Amino acid sequence: MSTSGATDAVMAPEPEPPGGGEERPLLDVRNLHVEFRTREGIAKAVNGVNYSVHAGETLAVLGESGSGKSVTAQAVMGILDSPPGFITQGEVVFQGRDLLRMGGEERRKIRGARMAMIFQDALSSLNPVLSVGEQLGEMFRVHQGLSRKEARAKAIELMERVRIPAARERVKQYPHQFSGGMRQRVMIAMAMALEPELIIADEPTTALDVTVQAQVMDLLAELQREYNMGLILITHDLGVVADVADKIAVMYAGRIVESSPVHDIYRAPAHPYTRGLLDSIPRVDLKGQELYAIKGLPPNLLHIPPGCAFNPRCPRAQEVCRTDVPPLYRVNQERASACHFWKETLDDDSAPSGDA
Amino acid sequence: MGRYVIRRLLQMIPVFIGSTFLIFFMVYALGDPVAALFGDRAPDPATAQQIRHDLYLDHSLGAQYLHYMKNIFIGDFGTAFNGESVTSLMGSAFPVTIRLTIVAIIFEIIIGIALGVVTGMRRGKPVDTGVLLLTLVVISVPTFVTGYVLQYVFGVRLKWTAPSVSPSAPFNELILPGLVLALVSLAYVTRLTRTSIAENTRADYVRTAVAKGLPRHRVIIRHLLRNSLIPVVTFIGTDIGALMGGAIVTERIFNIHGVGFQLYQGILRNNAPTVVGFVTVLVLVFLLANLLVDLLYAVLDPRIRYA
Ligand SMILES: Nc1ncnc2c1ncn2[C@@H]1O[C@H](COP(=O)(O)OP(=O)(O)OP(=O)(O)O)[C@@H](O)[C@H]1O
Ligand code: SF4
Ligand SMILES: [Mg+2]
Repeated sequence: MSTSGATDAVMAPEPEPPGGGEERPLLDVRNLHVEFRTREGIAKAVNGVNYSVHAGETLAVLGESGSGKSVTAQAVMGILDSPPGFITQGEVVFQGRDLLRMGGEERRKIRGARMAMIFQDALSSLNPVLSVGEQLGEMFRVHQGLSRKEARAKAIELMERVRIPAARERVKQYPHQFSGGMRQRVMIAMAMALEPELIIADEPTTALDVTVQAQVMDLLAELQREYNMGLILITHDLGVVADVADKIAVMYAGRIVESSPVHDIYRAPAHPYTRGLLDSIPRVDLKGQELYAIKGLPPNLLHIPPGCAFNPRCPRAQEVCRTDVPPLYRVNQERASACHFWKETLDDDSAPSGDA
Repeated sequence: MGRYVIRRLLQMIPVFIGSTFLIFFMVYALGDPVAALFGDRAPDPATAQQIRHDLYLDHSLGAQYLHYMKNIFIGDFGTAFNGESVTSLMGSAFPVTIRLTIVAIIFEIIIGIALGVVTGMRRGKPVDTGVLLLTLVVISVPTFVTGYVLQYVFGVRLKWTAPSVSPSAPFNELILPGLVLALVSLAYVTRLTRTSIAENTRADYVRTAVAKGLPRHRVIIRHLLRNSLIPVVTFIGTDIGALMGGAIVTERIFNIHGVGFQLYQGILRNNAPTVVGFVTVLVLVFLLANLLVDLLYAVLDPRIRYA
């Protein structure tokens, strides 16, 4: 069964990465809690998130709007709006060190250089009054102390790398002079500038035209492969996920409710919420049928329901769901689900479905 | 850009003609300048007639205006009440007022922007509330009150500065008057900067700058301030014209012989050439300052394009 008999008996503490090479993840987020202290009360946006990414791996983070995907990413990057946002618990272990216990200056040097972020709306995320060249060059000037001239040469090189045509001329232009797709390429170039180990892309293609979405996604995937970076891809697009992700984390009300390698989850989700998400994808073979939508609304983060946060909307909810918070059950070595009835949910799909 | 400037300059011509004619008309409709020349005594009719002829007053208003404009173009603004030419009066008054305006603008820039940045980044904190209240007081109290109070406190009681400015009006004597002149605008600059900073701190591009790992000072100066100050700079630019024309009260309080002072004398003595001449130059300054502000705006914000 296995070649190394010694470790066989011991339960693996960590799911093996798909490559199976490394033992230590590049980024390991453990039990992260974030809350926003607002006038209306304390909004618990992130309530114990656990996820990890290895070098060269792509983790897709899924979930409805407001489930805390971006806030988790901001906490990892260290760009949380604070106040009102506060990290109340947890660890963000990056390359073996907990970022949350690091000094501000040390953390800053990691930000942008070792881990970078790509935002959704490139137009508003780029500075409107600085040229693209200045904004790209700034990475080299600040982190590597290059001269203005050297930084500019690097900026042109970067723009060519993300295949922006006529980079030498366009380096002087401002963000508003670029098309949406080209602007997002600039964002990608900026994130890639110092060849970070980890990139967090927060809905990088949502703001784009459908026709350029694929191009931008392909570019991102290609660069990731080339540099063997870890990639956290926050997205709503389940189609994209199937193509590029290695594993998936599904978020609901600030928690990871299911995590799994990508193919397993499509075959048989282990959480009713994931099921609902998958069922709401338009399918070519079921054209004409009414699109399924999860009933109800995401919970108010000021008053998260007791028990399982999903229980008011869950078709499978039982009494226990309204009282007991489901722990993250281990489904198998690589999968976990925060549902009391994960087995039943899984069996629904594993069993041959009734209709052909 | 060049075409835009030319168009703007051409647009100034009707504005300039319209406004100067209006002033000309109002001043000449006010009263009899010849009678004013003689004060309480009744002038000898023959002499009065002679003066009237010399001053081109025996023509229709339209003809007088044309005559006046023609003279302006050859640099002749007429004669002031004290027999000096209006041009030489301008030569002594404008440098003084320009110095006063420079002092005021410097106060606006340094104090106004600094307070605006501090309050904008500490919204809701005691500093913010305190400064906000202070600006409210400054805006609502008339300049002559703040002027006399500050003059009394710093000039008369503390004797830090001369309560009255000497005719040469060197910069060091203009510090207090400059502050008085600047106060209201300074309060507006503070509020404008505060709002602008508060709006921009939450902007996506500031978050990007932080995510790039830039040091805090670089995020603030190069990204946050660079964007937030665009409306402030344009406000200050427009304010130049207003400050120069609006110094009448301040110049009276501190006895500064600048534009406001001469204008006041001109009105008091019903001396049309002085009033019309000074106002004409002020209108020009105002128009040019506005054009410069618009051009500056395009330089500061690359999204603005003039064609
Ligand atoms: N600056 C903030 N102040 C107060 N609350 C905030 C702030 N930022 C986020 N939140 C709260 O945190 C919750 C999670 O937000 P987050 O942006 O992470 O959602 P998301 O999963 O990224 O959704 P989307 O798909 O719409 O981007 C939101 O419901 C929001 O109310
Ligand atoms: S724990 Fe209960 S309510 Fe929650 S997802 Fe599972 S079945 Fe539904
Ligand atoms: Mg988001």
